[in-house]
Amino acid sequence: MHEYAVTVIGKDRPGIIADVSSVLAGLGLNLTDSTMTRLRGHFAMTLVCAGQVPSPEVESALAPLSAGGLVVSVSEVATEGPAAPTGGHYVLRLHGADRLGIVAAVTRLLADVGGNITDLTTRLADGLYLLVAEVDLPTTVDIDELTARVRRLATDLGVEASLSPAETDVL
Amino acid sequence: MNPTSQPPDGPTDRSPDAPARPDDAAPPRDDARPPRDDEASETAVGGLSYRGGRVRPVVRAPAAVLSTPAEPVDPKEMADLAADLVATMRVSPGCVGLAAVQIGVPAHVFVVDVTGHPKTRTCHGLIVLCNAVVVAASQWKVGREGCMSVPDLTGDVRRAGRLTVAGEVAGTGERVEITTDAFEARALQHEIDHCGGLLFLDRVAGAHAIHQRKVYL
Repeated sequence: MHEYAVTVIGKDRPGIIADVSSVLAGLGLNLTDSTMTRLRGHFAMTLVCAGQVPSPEVESALAPLSAGGLVVSVSEVATEGPAAPTGGHYVLRLHGADRLGIVAAVTRLLADVGGNITDLTTRLADGLYLLVAEVDLPTTVDIDELTARVRRLATDLGVEASLSPAETDVL
Repeated sequence: MNPTSQPPDGPTDRSPDAPARPDDAAPPRDDARPPRDDEASETAVGGLSYRGGRVRPVVRAPAAVLSTPAEPVDPKEMADLAADLVATMRVSPGCVGLAAVQIGVPAHVFVVDVTGHPKTRTCHGLIVLCNAVVVAASQWKVGREGCMSVPDLTGDVRRAGRLTVAGEVAGTGERVEITTDAFEARALQHEIDHCGGLLFLDRVAGAHAIHQRKVYL
């Protein structure tokens, strides 16, 4: 069994997902985890798929898509189970005027305390910059202290930011 | 709250692509918000009318006034501001609520009217409140919200589906308590948040809970 990480990005148009997933299905590759979204005018797909077909065949099968204007990459990756949850799950929300280095500063702060970001979205809408990060924090992290550091960083960056436990409603 | 993408100086319907936002909720539709020129429709909880207000430009994020808790006010002096808020809300398609900070006034005042919205259950018509606070909240549910001050994004936010708020009537200062549910409860929480310097962006449920309204094609 081979597992592949595939990324596809290109000018958005109807049919990108259909084109890519048809190729993968034709190769007998089972699309497992994926995230696909529009980033400004570009459509971006990041996915993992698994099957028996060797790497060169995947690349050649996807090559026509590259010729059609999409930027496609394929890498074989080691098969990994889902990561074990670590500590508590938190959401960091930040918004404010756009400036260089917001993501770098925020994610460095989280990394410094051993926080593992599991999901992150940023959006720039006119002059408004928005960042929402979901982060697993080790149980050893002093949440009050980290919250205070997030606030100080926000003040330095001139933005609003908060850290709070992710709310999960299990039904 | 307001559903549509609108420039500060003149709200226009942009046909939001995402349905069901609290303030933006639902694209402006004929059945969602009938014209309300009659006097009765402008009579708010507390019995006062707020007519003849001026349409004011709506402030967009990032603006400091939107992230700063509003000052408590003397409700007896807030009738004119309330009238401006009502007038601005009325000309904004799909707008079901507006807080003073959204027109750049750091005062703890907002208006809400979810009349005719498909997600509304209990409806008090026009609500104009000063210094309002949440007294009780339960039955939390996630729903999608938009905001005139964040015209390009919507977000999924957890709000109480059953709510009691207390506040003072603009103009008289009479203390009122409103118990409601569903969409009206969501709209009230959204506006009370504005008064506390919070946007729906401060409460979005997670990294996949942000949605764009603008299409960049």
